[in-house]
Order: sequence, then C-alpha cells, then structure tokens
Amino acid sequence: MSASLLYALAGVALCGIGLFGFITLAHLLRKLLAFNLIGSGVFLVLVGLAQRHGEPDPVPQALVLTGIVVAIAATALAVVLIRRYFHLSGHTTLRAETPERVPGRLKPQTRGDNPE
Amino acid sequence: MILGLMAGLLFTPLAWAVLTLLSGFERSRLISWLGILIQSLVSFALWAAVASEGGFHYQLGGWPAPLGIELRVDGLAVTFVMLTAVVGGACGWHAGIYLDPKKNWHRYFWPLFWFLWAGLNGVWLGADLFNLYVALELISLSAVGLVALGGQADALRAAIRYLMAALLGSLAYLLGVALIYGQFGSLSMGGISELLPAGSGQAGLIFALVLMIAGLALKTALFPLHGWLPPAHGIAKSPVSALLSALVVKASFYIAARLWLEFGEHLGSYGLAQLVGALGGVGVLWGSWLAFRQTRLKQVVAYSSVAQIGYLFLLFPLSWGVSEAVSLQAQQGMTLQVISHALAKAAMFLAAGNLIMSVGSNRVDALAGVSRFLPFSLFSFGLAGVSLMGLPPTGGFAAKWLLLQASLGSGQWWWLIVLLGGGLLSAAYVFRVYRASFIENSDTDLFFHPSRSLEVIPMILALLSLGLGLVAEPVLSVMALPFSKGGGG
Repeated sequence: MSASLLYALAGVALCGIGLFGFITLAHLLRKLLAFNLIGSGVFLVLVGLAQRHGEPDPVPQALVLTGIVVAIAATALAVVLIRRYFHLSGHTTLRAETPERVPGRLKPQTRGDNPE
Repeated sequence: MILGLMAGLLFTPLAWAVLTLLSGFERSRLISWLGILIQSLVSFALWAAVASEGGFHYQLGGWPAPLGIELRVDGLAVTFVMLTAVVGGACGWHAGIYLDPKKNWHRYFWPLFWFLWAGLNGVWLGADLFNLYVALELISLSAVGLVALGGQADALRAAIRYLMAALLGSLAYLLGVALIYGQFGSLSMGGISELLPAGSGQAGLIFALVLMIAGLALKTALFPLHGWLPPAHGIAKSPVSALLSALVVKASFYIAARLWLEFGEHLGSYGLAQLVGALGGVGVLWGSWLAFRQTRLKQVVAYSSVAQIGYLFLLFPLSWGVSEAVSLQAQQGMTLQVISHALAKAAMFLAAGNLIMSVGSNRVDALAGVSRFLPFSLFSFGLAGVSLMGLPPTGGFAAKWLLLQASLGSGQWWWLIVLLGGGLLSAAYVFRVYRASFIENSDTDLFFHPSRSLEVIPMILALLSLGLGLVAEPVLSVMALPFSKGGGG
C-alpha cells in the first residue's frame, strides 16, 4: 500500500466518522464540527487519490484550497445563524419544532445587533 | 461581442453584489433594477446568438482547461440563463416593492440576490465538475442567507436546517468528484465521458455517480430527502420563496441531469434509473397529498414544489436504455417542466404573498372573501395552478404530454399513474384554496390592498407559463439541437 492510498483511506474513515456524527448528534455546533470533519475527509481523498505516475498532482491541491475557502465561508455562516438562533429561541438543537412557550424562561438576550 | 456578453453574464452579478452591499435599501433597489435590465438584455443577446449560430465552448480569460474555467454555452444552458433572467428579474422587481425599506436589514436582500444570480449563471454554463461545486455552494449560501432574512427564530431554524442539508449534499457531490478525479485525472464533463468506456462498470466509479446523484437529490429535495424544503420555502419572504422554488432547486437538478446524460450510459443501470424515477413518482403523489392537507397557504405552495420536482426525476428512467427518440422526448419534457414550473411556481408564490399581505394571515381558511377584493392576484394564482395541473394549453401540459409519450414509447407504462394521479391531486389542492377564497360569509371586511405592480408581476409570470405550451416548439428547437452533441470540445 502506497502512502497516498493511506491518505485516501484515512480520508474515507474521516468521512465515515463525520457522517455518523452529522446524523446522530443533535447539538448544532457538534453537527457543524461533524460537517467540517467530513469536509476534511473529502479533501484528503481528493489529494490522496490523485497521483500522476507517483508524483503528487498539483491540480487537486489548488482545488482543495478553494474547497477550504468554501468550507470556511459555510462554517462562518452556520455559526452566525446558530448563535442568533440560540439568542432568539434559547435552543441549541432543531428538535423542538414547536417550542413550549414559557414566558420569562430563557428570554432572548438584548444585544446591540438585535434588529427589532 | 461574445466576450462582452460572457463578461456581462458572469461579472455583472458579482459587481452588483458588491455595489449593493455598500449602499442602503432604496439606492440598492435602483441600482439593482438597472442591473436586472442589463442582465436581461445580455441574457437575451446570448440566447439569440446561440439560437442563430449554435453553441460553443468558452475559456474564461483564455486559460485552457485544468487551470482555467471552461464554460459550455449550448442551447440548454442559454435557455436556462434566459429563464433565470425572466424569473429572477421578476422576483427582484417584486421584492423591491414588497420588502419594507424601513426594516434596515432588508437591504441585505440585494447582495444575496446578486450572488444567487451569479451562482445560477455559473451552474448553467459550468463545464467542469469542480466549478459546478463552487457555483452550487455560492447558490446554497446565498439562498440560506435569503431564508434567514426574516430574522425570527422560526426563519432561522428553517435556514439552519436548509444549510445543513445543503452542506451535506455538496460534500457528497464533492466526494464523488474526488473519486472521479482520482480515476481519470480530469474534471471536464466532456473529457470524462470520452474516457468512460474504459472504466465502464467499475464499482468505484458507479459509487461515485451514486454519491453525486444522492447529494444533488438531497439539494433538490427528492422525495425522502425533502424534509428541509417546506419549512424553508414556506417561511421565507414571498419573492425569496419564489426564487428558491423556481430556480435554486433546479440548479442542483440540472447538474444531476447533465451527469446522468453524460455518464449514465456507462455507469448507470436499470435498477438505479428505476429507483430514482420511483422516488420521484412517490414524491409527486406524496407531495401533492401533503399540499392538500396543509393549513397554511405558503406551505401548500411549498409542498406542491416537492411534487413538481418529482416529475423532473422521471428523466432518469425515461432516458436510460431507451431509443434515441424516446430519450430526446424525455429530455424535452424535463426542460419544459423546469421552465413551466419555474414560471408557474414563481407566479404562485408571488400571488400567495399578495393574498397573505391582503388578509393579514397565512392560513388558507383566512382567505374567505378575498375573491371579491383581490380577484387579480387570485386569478394569477389560479392560472399558475392550471399550469401545475397540466391542462392544455399550458407549458405544464406540453411537458407532461412529452413525458407521457416517452413512457409509452419506452413501454414503461407505470409512470402514467404518476402523471395522471399527480395532475388530479394538484387540481385538488388548487381548488381547495379557491373554495376557501370564495366563501362569502366572512366577518372580515378589512383588507389591505397591495400596490398595482405587485399584482401585475405574478400575472405576467402566470401568462408566460400559460403561453409556454403554445411556443414550446421554438423553445425546444433552441434547447434541443446542441444538447446531444454538447460536451465534446
């Protein structure tokens, strides 16, 4: 087994772990971390599998750089949404579709960036 | 001239996104309306150029394939570019009037709208797998931002759910791309489909295709993976819902369809094609039934999207292992379904937005009496509904007729059940809205009247969808000719 195939297999393993977490975990931040784990796995597969006659192929490395930028943008957006959602609803999961409305409990904090 | 057009198509939306990010709502609105005008003209000019001279390949900045970005400008691509200009332009025009300029955060609608448009053009024209991924992510991220524009906890919950589904779908797609690149060392769709006969039937490559299609199906909300769509499309602002249902879900479907038509012959199988078709079929019936059961107006329209998306996936069984003529019919039916659904659904969401604005409630039974007060919007809603049901002479009818002929031509009669049953069920949910709106014994007589142009826009879209059946022939002739020979370059 060559070293590059090892990278690719490690990538597949990371994807598997990430997918398991993404499906089973309810906490949104954990879900997001699991997403990042899958992402790293995919990038590792992309770099590891593509070899040109034993030499590393430069094209997938450029692709992975772009992929990382996309993943960072997505993560940043998700963090902003999750944070705002937590301030407004007090929940860290999506499970509670119809949250029991208990007045006074877990009030949304008043912050400078509140649009209302 | 082509250089100018391509630059206009790809860079105007990005430039406009930055411009609108820097200014307030009202100035952005003016800038955007100007931009919509420019984009529509450029899209139309490109469409006319391709219609008269045929499709071509275009290398961005003159850089060849692995380093540069290769664009495939063929009939199907420019048809969808044109569709984006019409529907996107209408939604942008509507949003400028519909959104409240006093709410400061509404100004972010404009940059997101332009990023969305840039991503859509990127998907329609993209010829290599990785740039399609980037364009798809640009679409997803701006669409999620648009859903969250409402700002309440419910909108954010829907946006987060949508984001999670979209991200997982993109990664599945990217993993498939990685496997394919590992095998062939190429990302160009045309190049790979030339190399494919050598790798025909390889388990790894089949797995890659299945991964990509599964990821894209999740983003398109194919039946068991549709859970994220109704909350997101139902809670977004009406022009946003219209954009999402009309264009955004079509982008991922378009990539799946192109992959299937290029790679399916070697990597697909009868079982896979039938499975995807069956999921689409169940989606049609189940989505329509749920649309019938919803109590909120926009949820009715959102579940109807789940149903109408199902029809698109009939392309998979109807184009695999059948004669050239049947496959062409299926492709034409799919294209017409994309166009007519985009026009009809945008009209329906915009009209629904007007109705909700008028009665001040999003429930179907709150519509009582609105028929006398807002007949124009209700009529647009109905016209769009006629297209969704697939009655002649609408675009929906032409699409379903072609799909029906393709099913009969290939001996797959079981899709008839889906086509007929789906039509009947969509009639049921449209008439249910009508029934509610004609009830006269309502004690409400306080209706808000939306401005005239808000009512005109859905009407125009609904009429276009209605008229599509009459002009289907010229539309199809532009789209069909380069479709089969595209990709070579």
